Amino acid sequence: MIHSLFLINASGDIFLEKHWKSVVSRSVCDYFFEAQERASEPENVPPVIPTPHHYLISVLRHRIYFVAVIQSEVPPLFVIEFLHRVVDTFQDYFGVCTEAAIKDNVVVVYELLEEMLDNGFPLATESNILKELIKPPTILRTMVNTITGSTNVGEQLPTGQLSVVPWRRTGVKYTNNEAYFDVVEEIDAIIDKSGSTITAEIQGVIDACVKLTGMPDLTLSFMNPRLLDDVSFHPCVRFKRWEAERILSFIPPDGNFRLLSYHVSSQNLVAIPVYVKHNITFREGSSQGRFDLTLGPKQTMGKVVESVLVSSQLPRGVLNVNLNPSQGTYTFDPVTKLLSWDVGKINPQKLPSLKGTMSLQAGASKPDENPTFNIQFKIQQMAISGLKVNRLDMYGEKYKPFKGIKYMTKAGKFQVRT
Amino acid sequence: MQEWANQLCENRQFGSKMTDSKYFTTTKKGEIFELKAELNSDKKEKKKEAVKKVIASMTVGKDVSALFPDVVNCMQTDNLELKKLVYLYLMNYAKSQPDMAIMAVNTFVKDCEDPNPLIRALAVRTMGCIRVDKITEYLCEPLRKCLKDEDPYVRKTAAVCVAKLHDINAQLVEDQGFLDTLKDLISDSNPMVVANAVAALSEIAESHPNSNLLDLNPQTINKLLTALNECTEWGQIFILDCLANYTPRDDRESQSICERVTPRLSHANSAVVLSAVKVLMKFMEMLPKDLDYYGTLLKKLAPPLVTLLSAEPELQYVALRNINLIVQRRPEIMKHEMKVFFVKYNDPIYVKLEKLDIMIRLASQANIAQVLAELKEYATEVDVDFVRKAVRAIGRCAIKVEQSAERCVSTLLDLIQTKVNYVVQEAIVVIKDIFRKYPNKYESVIATLCENLDSLDEPEARAAMIWIVGEYAERIDNADELLESFLEGFHDESTQVQLQLLTAIVKLFLKKPTETQELVQQVLSLATQDSDNPDLRDRGYIYWRLLSTDPVAAKEVVLAEKPLISEETDLIEPTLLEELICHIGTLASVYHKPPSAFVEGSRGVQHKRLPGSAGSGESVDSPETTSTAGVSDAPPAVIPSQGDLLGDLLNLDLTPTTAGPPPPAPSSGMQLGGMDLLGGGLDSLMGDESEPLGGDLGGTPAIGAGFGAAPAALPASFSAPVSGGLDDLFDLGGGVGMPMGAYSPPKSVWLPAMKAKGLEISGTFARRAGVIQMEMTLTNKAMSVMTDFAIQFNRNSFGLSPAGPLQVLTPLSPNQSIEVALPLNTSGPVMKMDPLNNLQVAVKNNIDVFYFSCQYPISMLFVEDGKMERQIFLATWKDIPNDNESQFQIKDCHLSSDAASNKLQGSNIFTIAKRTVDGQDMLYQSMKLTNGIWVLAELRIQAGNPNYTISLKCRAAEVSQCVFQSYEAVLKN
Repeated sequence: MIHSLFLINASGDIFLEKHWKSVVSRSVCDYFFEAQERASEPENVPPVIPTPHHYLISVLRHRIYFVAVIQSEVPPLFVIEFLHRVVDTFQDYFGVCTEAAIKDNVVVVYELLEEMLDNGFPLATESNILKELIKPPTILRTMVNTITGSTNVGEQLPTGQLSVVPWRRTGVKYTNNEAYFDVVEEIDAIIDKSGSTITAEIQGVIDACVKLTGMPDLTLSFMNPRLLDDVSFHPCVRFKRWEAERILSFIPPDGNFRLLSYHVSSQNLVAIPVYVKHNITFREGSSQGRFDLTLGPKQTMGKVVESVLVSSQLPRGVLNVNLNPSQGTYTFDPVTKLLSWDVGKINPQKLPSLKGTMSLQAGASKPDENPTFNIQFKIQQMAISGLKVNRLDMYGEKYKPFKGIKYMTKAGKFQVRT
Repeated sequence: MQEWANQLCENRQFGSKMTDSKYFTTTKKGEIFELKAELNSDKKEKKKEAVKKVIASMTVGKDVSALFPDVVNCMQTDNLELKKLVYLYLMNYAKSQPDMAIMAVNTFVKDCEDPNPLIRALAVRTMGCIRVDKITEYLCEPLRKCLKDEDPYVRKTAAVCVAKLHDINAQLVEDQGFLDTLKDLISDSNPMVVANAVAALSEIAESHPNSNLLDLNPQTINKLLTALNECTEWGQIFILDCLANYTPRDDRESQSICERVTPRLSHANSAVVLSAVKVLMKFMEMLPKDLDYYGTLLKKLAPPLVTLLSAEPELQYVALRNINLIVQRRPEIMKHEMKVFFVKYNDPIYVKLEKLDIMIRLASQANIAQVLAELKEYATEVDVDFVRKAVRAIGRCAIKVEQSAERCVSTLLDLIQTKVNYVVQEAIVVIKDIFRKYPNKYESVIATLCENLDSLDEPEARAAMIWIVGEYAERIDNADELLESFLEGFHDESTQVQLQLLTAIVKLFLKKPTETQELVQQVLSLATQDSDNPDLRDRGYIYWRLLSTDPVAAKEVVLAEKPLISEETDLIEPTLLEELICHIGTLASVYHKPPSAFVEGSRGVQHKRLPGSAGSGESVDSPETTSTAGVSDAPPAVIPSQGDLLGDLLNLDLTPTTAGPPPPAPSSGMQLGGMDLLGGGLDSLMGDESEPLGGDLGGTPAIGAGFGAAPAALPASFSAPVSGGLDDLFDLGGGVGMPMGAYSPPKSVWLPAMKAKGLEISGTFARRAGVIQMEMTLTNKAMSVMTDFAIQFNRNSFGLSPAGPLQVLTPLSPNQSIEVALPLNTSGPVMKMDPLNNLQVAVKNNIDVFYFSCQYPISMLFVEDGKMERQIFLATWKDIPNDNESQFQIKDCHLSSDAASNKLQGSNIFTIAKRTVDGQDMLYQSMKLTNGIWVLAELRIQAGNPNYTISLKCRAAEVSQCVFQSYEAVLKN
């Protein structure tokens, strides 16, 4: 099981260590540092690193490496999932997960880690339960605690810990009973230089914020459930009903949670909401290159494509660029060669474009690699897969809750090759 | 209070929030001193703050163990937070202060009785973490109570505590009967307790591979499956991993477990999903393929695996490594999912490389166009490693999907046109492989390749190019110039290039002897006289002698037809793959190595196997079924390593450190086979060469091995090292002075005179003092004199070939007979024969060429060092899957077990151990074939019963039948 945890910042300092079994010397991280040195980019450090006596399994999030040390055969996914859970918990508790936040709350962090694992076995990882055991710090509470001497450690066994619905505590009360669901879809796509789609898939989630009194039992049904290729549920969802009726039936956790994530794969046709016209050319023997990029909407069902951001890693030979955006602003970093264009909204009447020249190193041959454009965008009030919620019903409680559903489509890893 | 107020002011002054970072501030007086004072303060609040400071120092690795007594004094408190903090401290430092730690015991014991279950659990949990012997003694009673606590939270914590205690003192746990209590907890009413009990038992079982801790039977399985639905995600992982160790009784049970596990595929936690995939992949083996449910299950597996690929890159990496295994075992699962493996340009490199690997595995005629377009795209990316692998991948596609070869070649040519140096080099390396796979198809591109000769600076690419030039010398007009240009810097080249250059020039010479005599002499002298590299020198000498003694033979050897290379050069060996499938989701699956190979502390991990499919494996004692069962789909030929792709000849590793002790000097008048070959005319060829021939011992036999050695690619089923040919030559020495002669069957007529224009050949095989001999009687029954005898073997299963010419020195007059003993070696070309021990022979004389085939007893291939260490025997026996075991009966044999053992030893079948159970003698025996295959045997002899039973286990199960025949022959003669 998980032996120890080291937190390492971007500059390679170990700023926190926690051991659940015997103490493992921090020199074990030297193997990690070696791998880090070999990696060209911070994210290229391999997630599993063998050392003579241990294995280091790491994740990189918020520019912090969370390095777990294991000694015996442990499923690596188990460790990685757990580490991500740790990060999520920190974020949940402290708002952000940064080195500063962790250092500021080091005692809570320690208490949390101790509560999450016992001898390397996960103990309590549900945010509900943890929050009952260790109350999240707020400035007010810290002040009150320091003055009154009360603690932020729960004295009682959390109610959810052992019940059949461990994700929900009992005795929840609200004056306004509300349940909001956000259907968020991300499009991952690769578009080739001629504009045709090589691969496109949709990763969707339904995030919920449920503030309902008592023990409500909800059912949520879709107009077109067959769209979903693969689904992963929050443990609260009754799998049998989904299998039989394609209905989500569940007793929700209290507060924010992810009800469902789903996948609509390339087997189905995935609509691509933007198109890119590009013309990037270098001429042999000339130190100038032409750059011409135009964006346009398609298949958006009349909705506006907004928060558009285009970024690209230009070839190493490019010294600088001189471009003219029809809207928005662009930046180019001559060191990293990263071009980034903040476009904003796409107006179908007046398509945004970015045109100009690139200057190359004099005398250098024309670059071999073709830049790829990474595009981010958002479309409100639309789920690109066409998924629609049919109804949401509540049983088990008498009151009438306020219900809301919101749809949004975003670009995930959306790449256009040139 | 004053100080406290000061601190408060100070914090405000600097605008710092009330955060824990203040615990890191140090003062000039000396931190430890100050903390000590604060810890001993009367004020509760101050104490707590001080403990927090101590903990903060601990988290950054500062040594605060000096404060031990002071911190422990704070333990007696009602404040839960303070108590927890003190516990945290204790766990970290108790080991360094064992005597002091005892001070804490009383509080622990008291807390274990606390009415609040949270405190009871906390106490037992913390106590288990204190790795001090004295404390563990006190732990037993409270632990026993907690295991039976009324509150499930306490029970589940106690279950883990048993595992902790076991880690500290295993004996204690066993003596106290905690293991039984833990087993009882599997039937607990609370699923979380069940999950933790399973987890604890699994961890304990890891250090006790043979203990029957997790006794899985249908009842417990049912309990686990019930708990599976209700416990936490982590508990589900433990339970699924435990389920995976169970072997269902039949396909119906298997199906019902699968049905109950499939809902886990929809879990949000990827580790749960992968563990479920493991269970399903394993139990699926038992389902009949025509079952509807089997098809349904296959379809259900793909979507969750695809979804794993949209998770964080670290998760993707582990998922990809596992998918790599899954597609090798069951390619149908992912065959339509090619697109999800397409690489995004900002994927981390470790994800990119894995995706590429899987793309090639999934490549088929249906999707090859898309795959190639992608690969071509990747070849223009920035990352050099990735680009190289992409280019290699194109070559692998060409070899894998025959229809695509042409397109691949043209794609590679396009890439060569880019002139990007490393792309060109990589492309040339793979084109060479394509030539090997499809001879005489794409040679038109050679001209383009030759244009890039100057830009090649990597040894592998240079060697590949040289190979191409040598191989196709007759089609390249200026081949001699090209090779000559390489020759200029001969001594600066790497060995790989030097060897290749030597061979290429010899090929060139054999093809165009007139123009290149000078060149070949130059390279031979460079290789033999100016080089310190024994490989190069030896190869040079061999060529030299070959060319000067018999150019025709040289042509046959050097320009021999090469075996085609096969697509699956990188497939995981089937038995290993089966084992790895049982370990999906573990480190083993990430490293593609069995756990026994690398996990520390796993003392004697048991090898897991996939269960057999329904219906097969029942008729174990019928040799036909067993010999075909395991190997029916014989693995394709594997080319051991990249270097050997090039080595068309004599690429034998000359440093066989694994070959065992160096051979003792031949004591009797016995001659080493190798020596014999090198004698005679060769010396004269050497002229006044000052360096003695094959001065080092390693060299001499190697030359012998090299003779007649054509492409040395052994089939994968014989997982012998490439140096196998050498091993057995070393054995020649080892065999000197063997006490008993090996069994040799009586001579039989192989070639009747009627069929061979009067030449009758009868013969037999024998192993005499470590040398395999073919002993023949040639009789001339014709009317005329026979002369000019020669002999040749067809390729055969063990690479048998004559180690010298057939020595019939005088003409054979009519009605005369002559006895000839032809020494054999096993370094000839290998081809699997049916039956395995079949040998096809051609004999020539002045009249005609005659063909016959004969079968040799496999016992003559048993080498003298075939005695396995007992331990290794045991491990190997377990290691070889049961599918590879065959049972035979030997009837009417009246030897005692000792006599049998002696007799068998004469034929290099060694008895390693003998056991007598109920009047039945069990002999455990091992033998090793010349190509390194080990065969293990268990011979059961019942006193008074003339029928022996023999069980044979061997990784290459097809030899079992032959081995059995040898047993029978040896025992009955």
